[in-house]
Amino acid sequence: MSAILQTIDLCKVYDKESGTAFEALKNVNLSIEAGEILALLGPNGAGKTTLISTLCGLVSPTSGTATVGGFDIVHDYRQARALIGLVPQEISLEPFEKLINTVKFSRGLFGKPRNDALIERILRQLSLWDKRNDRIMELSGGMKRRVLIAKALAHEPRVLFLDEPTAGVDVELRKDMWNIVADLKSDGVTIILTTHYIEEAEAIADRIGVINKGEILLVEGKAKLMARMGKKELRIDLQDPVASIPEGLARYHLALGNGGQSLTYSYDTRGERTGITGLLADVAAQGLVLADMETRQSTLEEIFTDLVREDAA
Amino acid sequence: MNFQAVKAIYIFEMTRFFRTMLQSLISPIISTSLYFVVFGAAIGSRIDQVDGVSYGAFIVPGLIMLTVMTQAISNASFGIYFPKFIGTIYELLSAPISFFEIVLGYVGAAATKALFIGGMILLTANLFVDLEILHPVAMVAFLVLTCLSFALFGFIIGIWAKNFEQLQLIPLLVITPLVFLGGSFYSISMLPPIWQTVTLFNPVVYLISGFRWAFFGTADVSIGVSLLAIGLFSGLCLGLIWWIFKTGYRLRS
Ligand SMILES: Nc1ncnc2c1ncn2[C@@H]1O[C@H](COP(=O)(O)OP(=O)(O)OP(=O)(O)O)[C@@H](O)[C@H]1O
Ligand SMILES: [Mg+2]
Repeated sequence: MSAILQTIDLCKVYDKESGTAFEALKNVNLSIEAGEILALLGPNGAGKTTLISTLCGLVSPTSGTATVGGFDIVHDYRQARALIGLVPQEISLEPFEKLINTVKFSRGLFGKPRNDALIERILRQLSLWDKRNDRIMELSGGMKRRVLIAKALAHEPRVLFLDEPTAGVDVELRKDMWNIVADLKSDGVTIILTTHYIEEAEAIADRIGVINKGEILLVEGKAKLMARMGKKELRIDLQDPVASIPEGLARYHLALGNGGQSLTYSYDTRGERTGITGLLADVAAQGLVLADMETRQSTLEEIFTDLVREDAA
Repeated sequence: MNFQAVKAIYIFEMTRFFRTMLQSLISPIISTSLYFVVFGAAIGSRIDQVDGVSYGAFIVPGLIMLTVMTQAISNASFGIYFPKFIGTIYELLSAPISFFEIVLGYVGAAATKALFIGGMILLTANLFVDLEILHPVAMVAFLVLTCLSFALFGFIIGIWAKNFEQLQLIPLLVITPLVFLGGSFYSISMLPPIWQTVTLFNPVVYLISGFRWAFFGTADVSIGVSLLAIGLFSGLCLGLIWWIFKTGYRLRS
């Protein structure tokens, strides 16, 4: 496979109205294979939208280059942009227009001749066909987001950017969205999406990229990263505090906390066995009495913080 | 050339116009009628002929120009400001289209609307006064050129404006005075000599004069100069728009 999207030292410095400059992208080097799904994760303000906007032509790069399908996004913008579909993070639609007209407009804008059958197929797939003659302002938020997707698909893009496509979308629709993404992938469309939901990245991405403060920290296969993200913690509260971790529990590498009142065990949900059964049996065997138990999974934010810390170290 | 895109923009804009056609037409027609009542009937009855034309007829070209200029500007400026305001501009910026195609679509549609309204004013005027158009082809040409050049100007305002106040500012502050002082309701020759000279710095004078020539065959300035002025103005606007898209001024960060 060959890279359908490639960036080389892509940088973006915003000149703010206050007169200060802000480095939103720092030497971004990305290479995305045709037909793959890349989920871009990163905290608020990491630069995800800036990266997508730069590749789509909404933001001018300060330095560096990028190509889509081999076409430079600045010099060969016509060929490059013709390949790209964009679903923006913010819902922006003409409120007084009919749904179907805004979708047809998108197709025309990208230079494609009218194709009513295709538009119908897209709208049916997104469960919007019944609403086709409604005005945009008469639609719910989730429907509007689907209209944005329909608009992006109307010109049959080869590369699709989805900037938080499932923000504010209900569970069922989120699953629908995942199916649509899977369908597009089977048609060979390359998809780059951003999300704050780890399970979403897990469900649909082939690779995951993490961006923070304008820097790509890593781009890794999903399985590998998931293993790293699959860490869980079990906290055991004891009836009576202990001074130190009993010898018999040493192999669990527990952490003692809360004045000797709690034991924390870290384990991998993806491992063959978590070791919880053994731990609990051994805790009981040590004659310790449990007051309470709690498990927690590292949140995405924590994982990012970890990654950033690792990156700095 | 992405003709499909130009067509898409043009049709989209014209749909908006026809959807709100009644509002779009009613206010210019009513205000024109008022002008006729006040200037044509009330004042005109005390004024003899101007340049051999009855005062009622004399003000028709100026009135049409007044409407067409303000309509072209407001349609074009709103047409591009609205997508900026609601965020749908993202689609234009991400589409495989050049600045020229965007301008062609938006300015073309705005000019068409202005032309349409100008035609309606002409028909309305015909109800009040007897009109004979000496050079119909020149009349239409002047009208089209004016619509186009002022739509270009409006397009620039729409991109420049950061809020609705600014959108209204230029038409109110610059265009209305220039049009009123541009000889819409009087012949330049009726002014004291010093003001006649000052007036020659007002670009609108050349348009109205040329347009009036197409109607009655009399003009304050020569027709060639009028055409040159309109050409210069259009060129200036086009150059500015080219620069806007090249630098991304207020469009691309
Ligand atoms: N037009 C702009 N002018 C100045 N600074 C900007 C502009 N757009 C974004 N920024 C800044 O660039 C940084 C990255 O913003 P960006 O929108 O790319 O983040 P993001 O990763 O998409 O965040 P989120 O998850 O909140 O959507 C932020 O600090 C933001 O304030
Ligand atoms: Mg964002």
